[in-house]
Amino acid sequence: MTADLGHNVAPPIQTSPGYWTSVGARLVRDPIALLVGAVILALVAMALFGSWLAPSDPYATSMFKRLQAIGTPGYPLGSDELGRDMLSRLILGARLSLFMGITPVLLAFVIGSAIGIVAGYAGGLTNTLIMRTVDVFYAFPSVLLAIALSGAMGAGIDNALLSLTLVFVPQIARVAESVTTQVRNRDYIEAARASGASAFTIIRTQVLGNVLGPIFVFATGLISVSMILASGLSFLGLGVRPPEPEWGLMLNTLRTAIYTQPWVAALPGLMIFITSISFNILADRLRAAMAIRS
Amino acid sequence: MGAYVVRRLLLAIPIMLGVALVCFMLVHLAPGDPLVSVLPPDASQELRAQMIAAYGFDKPLPVQFFHWLWHAVQGDLGTSIATSRPVFTEVMTAAINSLRLAALATLIGFFFGCLFGFVAGYFQDTWVDKLASAFSVFGVSVPHYWLGMLLVIVFASQLYWLPATGGGPMGAEGWAWDWDHLQFMVLPAITLSVIPTGIIARTVRALVADTLGQEFIVGLRAKGMTDYAIFWHVVKNAAPTALAVMGLQLGYLMGGSILVETVFAWPGTGLLLNSAIFQRDLPLLQGTIWVLALFFVLLNLGVDILQTLLDPRIKRA
Repeated sequence: MTADLGHNVAPPIQTSPGYWTSVGARLVRDPIALLVGAVILALVAMALFGSWLAPSDPYATSMFKRLQAIGTPGYPLGSDELGRDMLSRLILGARLSLFMGITPVLLAFVIGSAIGIVAGYAGGLTNTLIMRTVDVFYAFPSVLLAIALSGAMGAGIDNALLSLTLVFVPQIARVAESVTTQVRNRDYIEAARASGASAFTIIRTQVLGNVLGPIFVFATGLISVSMILASGLSFLGLGVRPPEPEWGLMLNTLRTAIYTQPWVAALPGLMIFITSISFNILADRLRAAMAIRS
Repeated sequence: MGAYVVRRLLLAIPIMLGVALVCFMLVHLAPGDPLVSVLPPDASQELRAQMIAAYGFDKPLPVQFFHWLWHAVQGDLGTSIATSRPVFTEVMTAAINSLRLAALATLIGFFFGCLFGFVAGYFQDTWVDKLASAFSVFGVSVPHYWLGMLLVIVFASQLYWLPATGGGPMGAEGWAWDWDHLQFMVLPAITLSVIPTGIIARTVRALVADTLGQEFIVGLRAKGMTDYAIFWHVVKNAAPTALAVMGLQLGYLMGGSILVETVFAWPGTGLLLNSAIFQRDLPLLQGTIWVLALFFVLLNLGVDILQTLLDPRIKRA
């Protein structure tokens, strides 16, 4: 966006690549970013096409094939406490686990950005009122707030999503407010205001393009936390309900099996860890590619 | 300085009121009748009305809120529905257990975080630095409840070195600082310490790298000062921030240990919250969350003020 503005002032003879193109080019040349990107793509593929990829029915129980070891014929990654195929459940589990982890961040990105940009652009009393309210929610450690809210509202996917969204909105709103405050007094905003543009038009055409980048990078960093928290809620029995395959819930129901099949029981946690660390590293590389210093 | 402290204290009051309001609203967020776990399903309408009046549910919400807050600040958080004991006693017993665990984890995290951070900062871009950075990423990305399970699998179910769960030997009351009790704390404390280790290592590395790049260090070197003496200058520059981060981590661990406490059946606030949620014991849920959140706010406040006192460079308006 900033590069585009430059174009209007003095059109160069050779078109220089836009900001996002250069960020993309830097990411493509980054081997670590490519690796974790590939892992995330594979996880997304598992989430989308899990039903075709899974070798057997993830819901089919078998009383005689309970807690099989890894490598048992027919059960490449063993079976769980009800005799269901672990490999199929781990693949199918990607759908709910990713959905539960990413949706709250997406929702909070939209809501938090809106709140923060309005607070930052308006300033004054509006800013004080909004930001002091945000501070109250910020005063809770995020794990505590998530568990308190979904604990009070009761178990279920929608309540877990709602409480995780509520945890991330204040965090994103704070970042959005601080970057908006930084740009609101720039000359080009002043110029737009002087030429009679309404507040809504200025936010849409001038502010958004300059603040969404940093907010987006911050939000990407939250996906890792969100994955751990969302699966954590299911692990406590507050999120997804049985018999749906979800990694946190699978980890919970397999806890009793740590003496009989410890490594089978640990597998769902490994999936959460791989997802969370991949998103964490990707957010790190993205931040480096965008040259944003925290 | 005095003015800053007073201003900071005054600013904390609306936050604490807001926190209390959120905790109060938790009960009203809960679906269904708040009396459902107190009253038998076949209770008469009269008894119902009596109970509603006794709990004050017939009054307007703002009145209920200030009534609750007035009692809460005096340590009266109501009675637990499940155990019929005062919520305050239940929470305090559990909070001390949680604090003990969180404090040990924070200390472990501070020690290793500083160690990794200093080494990484001194040997920037070497393999030691890369290893320390990798550990930081691991620390903040690993689901700690899963790490706890892994430790139980390795050290309790495979090697039989340490007990898997519990908060002390069978039948023992209270706590003692001997190995019989301490062995129960080892695995949960290590599990919890991974997060502060990662975060403190990251902070200290940045501080050390920043300090070493400054001109006064070059000046000290040119003056002929030994590496050992320069090290103390680096420590003095990094200490206030590192200590502040450590203080905040203690708060996060107190509030965030619920999952790990559940894995290890550690008798702290996490386990208390867990049972409050599943027994629909709303007064207990509300009281525990209020105490933990208040602890977090006060800790933040204390850390902020201490940091200003410790670090003369911080001049706050």
